[in-house]
Amino acid sequence: MDHDVTVNGSQHRVATADTTPLLWVLRDSLGLTGTRYGCGAGSCGACTVWVDGQPTHSCDTPMWSAAGHEITTVEGLTERGPHPVQTELIDGQAGQCGYCLSGIVMRSAALVDRARDQGRVLTGPEVREALDGHLCRCGAHNRIVAAVIRASEA
Amino acid sequence: MAGPVNPSLISAPLISSWLDFSYPGIVLARTGKSELGQGIDTALIQVVADTLSVDSSRVRVLPPDTDGPDEAFTAGSLSVQHSGGALLASAVHARRLFDAAARERAGGDVVLNEGTFTQGEESFSYWDLADIVDLAVPVDPLLSHPETTGLIGQSSARVDLADKVLGAPRYLQDMRIDGMVFARIVRPPSRGAHLIKSDTAGVAAAPDVVDVLIDGDFVAVVAQTEIAAIRGAEDLAGRLAWSGSDETLDDEHIAEFLTGVETQDSPISGGSLPESASHTARYTRPFISHASIGPSCAIALDDGEELSVWSHTQGVFPLRRDIARALGRDEGVVRVAHVEGAGCYGHNPADDVAYDAALIATRFPGRPVQVTWSREDELGWAPFGPAMVVDLAAETDTTGRITGWSWDGYGNGHSSRPSTLPSPSLLSFAQQQDGIAIPPSSDPPLASGEGTGRNAVPGYSVGAVRAVAHRALEMPIRASALRSLGAYVNVFAIESHMDDLARMNGVDPVEYRLRHLDDERGRAVVEAAAAASSWGDALPPDHGRGIGYARYKGTGAWCAVVAEVEAISEVRVTSLWIAVDCGRVINPDGVRNQIEGGAVQSLSWTLKERVRFAAGRVSSNTWEDYPILRFTEVPAVHITLIDRPEQPWLGSGEASMGPTAAAVGNALTDALGVRVRDLPLTPDAIVAALESPTS
Repeated sequence: MDHDVTVNGSQHRVATADTTPLLWVLRDSLGLTGTRYGCGAGSCGACTVWVDGQPTHSCDTPMWSAAGHEITTVEGLTERGPHPVQTELIDGQAGQCGYCLSGIVMRSAALVDRARDQGRVLTGPEVREALDGHLCRCGAHNRIVAAVIRASEA
Repeated sequence: MAGPVNPSLISAPLISSWLDFSYPGIVLARTGKSELGQGIDTALIQVVADTLSVDSSRVRVLPPDTDGPDEAFTAGSLSVQHSGGALLASAVHARRLFDAAARERAGGDVVLNEGTFTQGEESFSYWDLADIVDLAVPVDPLLSHPETTGLIGQSSARVDLADKVLGAPRYLQDMRIDGMVFARIVRPPSRGAHLIKSDTAGVAAAPDVVDVLIDGDFVAVVAQTEIAAIRGAEDLAGRLAWSGSDETLDDEHIAEFLTGVETQDSPISGGSLPESASHTARYTRPFISHASIGPSCAIALDDGEELSVWSHTQGVFPLRRDIARALGRDEGVVRVAHVEGAGCYGHNPADDVAYDAALIATRFPGRPVQVTWSREDELGWAPFGPAMVVDLAAETDTTGRITGWSWDGYGNGHSSRPSTLPSPSLLSFAQQQDGIAIPPSSDPPLASGEGTGRNAVPGYSVGAVRAVAHRALEMPIRASALRSLGAYVNVFAIESHMDDLARMNGVDPVEYRLRHLDDERGRAVVEAAAAASSWGDALPPDHGRGIGYARYKGTGAWCAVVAEVEAISEVRVTSLWIAVDCGRVINPDGVRNQIEGGAVQSLSWTLKERVRFAAGRVSSNTWEDYPILRFTEVPAVHITLIDRPEQPWLGSGEASMGPTAAAVGNALTDALGVRVRDLPLTPDAIVAALESPTS
């Protein structure tokens, strides 16, 4: 069945089952491999993208619910000129293997954008709370939190 | 930097094995050590660029490849010592040869700056001279080192990190080759179960499914897309019938099993059992999972002549050997090349999945095959860091000074890495029709830091030390190398014991350690961590503070950790203060990242992690059933880095694992007055210790 989605500003028509998770449309059909497969069950956050600007697990978002919506992936964020979160993560060397980072970038960028709209700087506890569904195995948590706070200051 | 002979220079002795100047303006540096997210490539670039006096942007590290130097495994925190040492010596020697050629051309002394030798108006770059300088000569590791610009010792940004933050293709999981197909494996429901019946027709005919492969108990679905392979595997799993398992062990009974089964006993240190031990205790750790965020992945292509495998393995050469053995092929027609994957902390399924891809690729000549494991298989079928039981006995004199020490360590060996066992240690090979079960794991030799016995001998002056490793000769759950091997529980046990002895003798734990610690660099990290944590100052109610110390492997980095915990309804670690001495520091920020990452991972193991299994089935195979430390649970981490530019450099990736566990255990005892000797330190374990009469 055909599904129309807008991904990073471009319209795509993808022939796939209704139940195919958005993650695999991004990776398999559109070649956007920046969004990671981590668990397929919405438990680790590695696959997080934006659906109409809202951070969403792409691994458990079926195409029937993604169709017709605007999807933004980490590649899309990069294309617009790296988001302050991305710049701060690189400046702060906030990561080791980096596999969790594209999901964390998407979650944090939405958080930072909202805070900046509200004209305020994020606090450590609220960043940790927001990222609590994202797993990092290398132990880069504190650097990531510091980078996200700095991005909200910029 | 005279020291033990560098094994990397024995296997790859020539300068040209390591450095290549044949591309104008670029220095290619080869390594056999894999970038695992630890930043080794960046450190190696610093070493080469600094020594050759070229800008670091000119140095490219080629990833490990069976066409390059054989450096065995990326393990034991030895990458800066082995690969860094080999590249340093190669660069020193190469620079000397280029300098001689430049002087001859110029007819006198030359000055080297940014890769160019200059005398007056004349200048020659490395690349101008590359044709006349013969680098196919053995590296002389004893040459004196030139004055350099000091790039070694400066924090450098990782060369791989930006791609990962920006979502650019970098991982093996992102690699796409024309015509590539994707496969998923359907594993048996439990160890020891065999396939009795299968109905594959429906799945094989599904859209985008290429084929279903069955070979003994090895079952794979091959498809045009990854989602088709996943769906096909899910569908097929319901159409297979398996025999039951005859495995009876479960994780609740692992200590009894390890101390009851036949063992091979190896003395690590030859003292005798103290006659009148003043303190004896048993400590345990469970099986622990690697739990990388990215499931393991590999690509293979059999072009009819050569089998190419792309893998995030820790050892391209040993993996090639086992793939060749398992497939009955000549090693010369198998190539293994490293491509970065998700975080790797030891022998994870990277090698297993590489064989999966290789095996399937041999059935589809000419077609690249990518295989990625499922999350459930990654947590359920990986080799695990082995469970261990440690019995300690210490003898003290009337002043409280320790005068004798005994260690008995029970467990499966810490390595079933490829090519280290009598038959291939590749999961699917064992599951194929004529496969051979994976033999029980072994321990690395004493010279390589042992496994069960790693850090079994305390770094303190404690009189005669008796230490015997008891390696279990049955392996119901596959065990292999996980970050720091036996050092994690051995340091936890030793440091818990030291704290108990300090308490029994009414001496402050830091003071008690210092009384037994002659090693100046050890004393320095203990004192630095204690000072940073304001050791001795009063704590708020319900808080506790503890210290842990070890020199990793007895030959590596020195590390001390102070932990502060708050214990109200649950135990929460609020802060860690870490002091580390890994000799000459190449990349200070890289070391800090490794030390903090190791401590946070160790904290996760220590507070939460335990592989659960029964009847051959691992049930902790989802993130819900195998929780790891989360953002809200990670404490503040303060690091004091003691740089010793005059000393050899030492790896830092594993130094903080044991001391962190020990510090947390000791802080918990300080807060609650109870000693928990069984890892992980969960609320259940604390309650059990409170109720135990021996605690």
